Amino acid sequence: MFSNTFPLWPARASSISGPVDALFIFLLMLCGLMCIAIFTAIIVFAVRYRRRPGHEAIPIEGSNAVEFTWTLIPAGVFIIIFVWGAYLYFQERTPPKDSMDVYTVAKQWMWKFQHTEGQREINELHIPIGRDVRVIMTSQDVIHSFYVPAFRIKQDVLPGRYTIAWFRATAAGTYHLFCAEYCGTNHSGMVGDVVVMEPAQYQSWLSGGQAMGSLAQTGQGVFDSLGCSTCHRMDTQGRGPNLMGVYGKPVLLEDGRTVIADENYIRESILNPAVKVVAGFKPIMPTFQGIVSEDQVNALVAYIKSLNPQPVGPAETPTFKGPAASKADTRQR
Amino acid sequence: MATTAVALSERENYLNKEYGITSWLFTTDHKRIALLYLITITFFFFIGGFFALLIRLELLTPEGDLLLADTYNKMFTMHGQVMVFFFLIPAVPAVLGNFLIPIMIGAKDLAFPRVNLLSWYLLAIGGCLMIYTILSGGVDTGWTFYTPLSTHFLDTHVITAALAIFVAGFSSILTGLNFIVTIHRMRAPGMTWSRLPLFVWANYATSIIQVLGTPVLAISLMLVALERIFNLGIFNPQLGGDPLLFQHLFWFYSHPAVYIMILPGMGVVSEIVTCFSRKRIFGYKFMALAVIAIAVLGFLVWAHHMFVAGISLYAAMVFSLLSYFVAVPSAIKVFNWTATMFKGSISYSTPMLYAFGFIGLFTMGGLTGLFVAALGIDVHVTDTYFVIAHFHYIMVGGMVMAYLGGMHFWWPKISGRMYPEFWGRLAAMIIFIGFNLTFFPQFVLGWLGMPRRYWQYSPEFQVLNVLSTAGATILAVGYLLPMLYFLWSMRYGKAAPENPWNGAGLEWKISSPPVTDNFDETPLVTWEAYNYDELPQEVPVGR
Ligand code: HEC
Ligand SMILES: [Cu+2]
Ligand SMILES: [Cu+2]
Repeated sequence: MFSNTFPLWPARASSISGPVDALFIFLLMLCGLMCIAIFTAIIVFAVRYRRRPGHEAIPIEGSNAVEFTWTLIPAGVFIIIFVWGAYLYFQERTPPKDSMDVYTVAKQWMWKFQHTEGQREINELHIPIGRDVRVIMTSQDVIHSFYVPAFRIKQDVLPGRYTIAWFRATAAGTYHLFCAEYCGTNHSGMVGDVVVMEPAQYQSWLSGGQAMGSLAQTGQGVFDSLGCSTCHRMDTQGRGPNLMGVYGKPVLLEDGRTVIADENYIRESILNPAVKVVAGFKPIMPTFQGIVSEDQVNALVAYIKSLNPQPVGPAETPTFKGPAASKADTRQR
Repeated sequence: MATTAVALSERENYLNKEYGITSWLFTTDHKRIALLYLITITFFFFIGGFFALLIRLELLTPEGDLLLADTYNKMFTMHGQVMVFFFLIPAVPAVLGNFLIPIMIGAKDLAFPRVNLLSWYLLAIGGCLMIYTILSGGVDTGWTFYTPLSTHFLDTHVITAALAIFVAGFSSILTGLNFIVTIHRMRAPGMTWSRLPLFVWANYATSIIQVLGTPVLAISLMLVALERIFNLGIFNPQLGGDPLLFQHLFWFYSHPAVYIMILPGMGVVSEIVTCFSRKRIFGYKFMALAVIAIAVLGFLVWAHHMFVAGISLYAAMVFSLLSYFVAVPSAIKVFNWTATMFKGSISYSTPMLYAFGFIGLFTMGGLTGLFVAALGIDVHVTDTYFVIAHFHYIMVGGMVMAYLGGMHFWWPKISGRMYPEFWGRLAAMIIFIGFNLTFFPQFVLGWLGMPRRYWQYSPEFQVLNVLSTAGATILAVGYLLPMLYFLWSMRYGKAAPENPWNGAGLEWKISSPPVTDNFDETPLVTWEAYNYDELPQEVPVGR
């Protein structure tokens, strides 16, 4: 089943892969039965009623009762499958509250990861077992798609906005990361490894390498150097709103709408400030489109998220841990 | 032999009425136009098939070695564009539909014969643009033209390719319009809606989609071209555009287009199954309703191509549910074909072998549709070989089987000659085996996680890819055979009688090949469709 040269089933390495496989197996059995039923009927009819001397067709008109039966029964079964599939999807699309965040920038043709602790990796993503991980992704150019078959998750990565995938790895090992959306010449080369590690190993991986600030600290640096702090102050005197604690809270806009200040909102506020103007403020914030790189936007977002009176989770608090040279870790297959 | 040949040439029919190239290029006879289409799409089928073979050869090994990455990307792009827009969409409607719809409803021609000719010219012009695109270096957007890749990141022949499809689209719109008007206005006395052959119903439903859907495709391709030329910000997020908007527009047409490609095939199978079982269709009303239901519901499911594209959670749920609704009428059709065989007198003639193949492969394609419509599973298998296998089971296993079945069924009528039955059955079997060997392994590959459009892949996928490539070579042989013996039969085939299968439709009540006006006098229809119980059971040709 899991042979390396002729596998028939993908590795199962996330909390959702078991449930997805369960529905898949259910569908295999259901559809297998349907196939057997239909094919048997066709073969039996074709043999039993084959054209031969002395055999004549017997006219049959059809029957409403039969038609309704084989309309309603499949419809009922389909609705069950729909609910089951939608239930899984709901889980796949709803990240748990205190997850650890990894920022991802996809570009032709590589994956760049930024850990909140400050580590950066290319085409390789190290994560611990048992931790809910949110991958917050954007693309620098065309649409890509983040796909880890062993986790049964896939999410397109779009330019100009964040999309989010989440998973909880359950088995240590190295798994394929594929780009699943055609993105030009080297689409099939836009692959990498997801390395799932035991928590202790992961901790030592985190502390390896030379020291460098956390992502939020990098963000703070960008925040100051771009002059964001001239308008956004930690009091109410600034020309722009105080950003302390804004993340995750509802924001009342000038046009009367209320939006939740999630990653996409913060991102948009930086790159397209005129689209959603906070109530009570003038649209004086300049756009930083073309001035900040995607990596810097991620750092800014991480910084603004870290500005929380009560930190949401350990991942968000600035810590002093260095990045690890990704080659230094032990690879497991 | 010699006497039949003389007899054939003596009788005047649509083929020997006039000779010379202009008598074809300026014809308004729907039957001759059908043959123009036949030649055109056969040509494109083999071009698209050639690209497919190159793709399969490249995938024989995990490394990208036979072609360059860019060349490979062009191959799958143009394979898709050629097969979808220049073969599958016109295949049954423009060839068999053109030939048969007027005859089946007892008319002399389509409602607008000259528009019909124009439709063919549009397809031909689109085809020339496509050939130009291919010869001048090709295009590598993927047949889906996803933005912003297609608009800002490629410098291949995107605009000519888009234009080719744009022009061919108008051919499709005009054909659809022509069919709708013809079916409404030109039915012979007594040919009520409830007596229409299901082939006509299927093409009617298809025409509705063509007329309503194709303009949206034209618009989206035009926007791609405009964005490329004038650097507009419709899809480009840097200029405030939305790349997902393109996907919505594209799939708003291209999902229904899937039904443009399969509904006419369903119509063909209904004709074949009844004739070779000597039975009325089981549940006529439900079969007719089902095609209309598919055409209508087919417009409401486009975003099921976008479950991981970044649409909202609840939108995805609605589109998933609607996708299950559209599966219901498809299931009804399969059940009714099967029930039609019950207590029939079933022949194993070539067209029927194709119909068996169609039902089997369409069933598998449809059932795997239940997998991809299930949101939680689609997340894993979308954009992998699972989806490739799924839609090839429908498009190739379904539509191409039906198309070939129909070509064999009506070849005696079209050409006035019989094809060699032995070779017919052999080719049908080779195609069935080759098809399954090509595409079944792809389901496994997709479930394992091999993404589509990969030029090189991880070594553990190789065994399945080798199987698939082996199947593709068998399939290629299977497709060449009919072309060879059809050509052979035009000269050496036995002369076809008026009604070789003892079929019930109006097309079997006129000579083979038909005269230009189809009927000597307008027929009066007094019987229900598929009245096989009122026809003799023995059949002149075939068993
Ligand atoms: C010229 C003053 C000014 C500068 C410089 C400025 N902003 Fe703003 N910012 C504003 C104003 C005014 C608003 C409220 C109106 C609006 O939403 O556009 C705002 C809104 C925001 C918001 C939304 C806050 C909320 O409460 O919803 C964020 C996030 C933000 N800015 C981040 C930044 C970042 C990051 C930078 C630096 C890259 C920056 N701003 C630079 C003036 C400024
Ligand atoms: Cu990519
Ligand atoms: Cu890609």
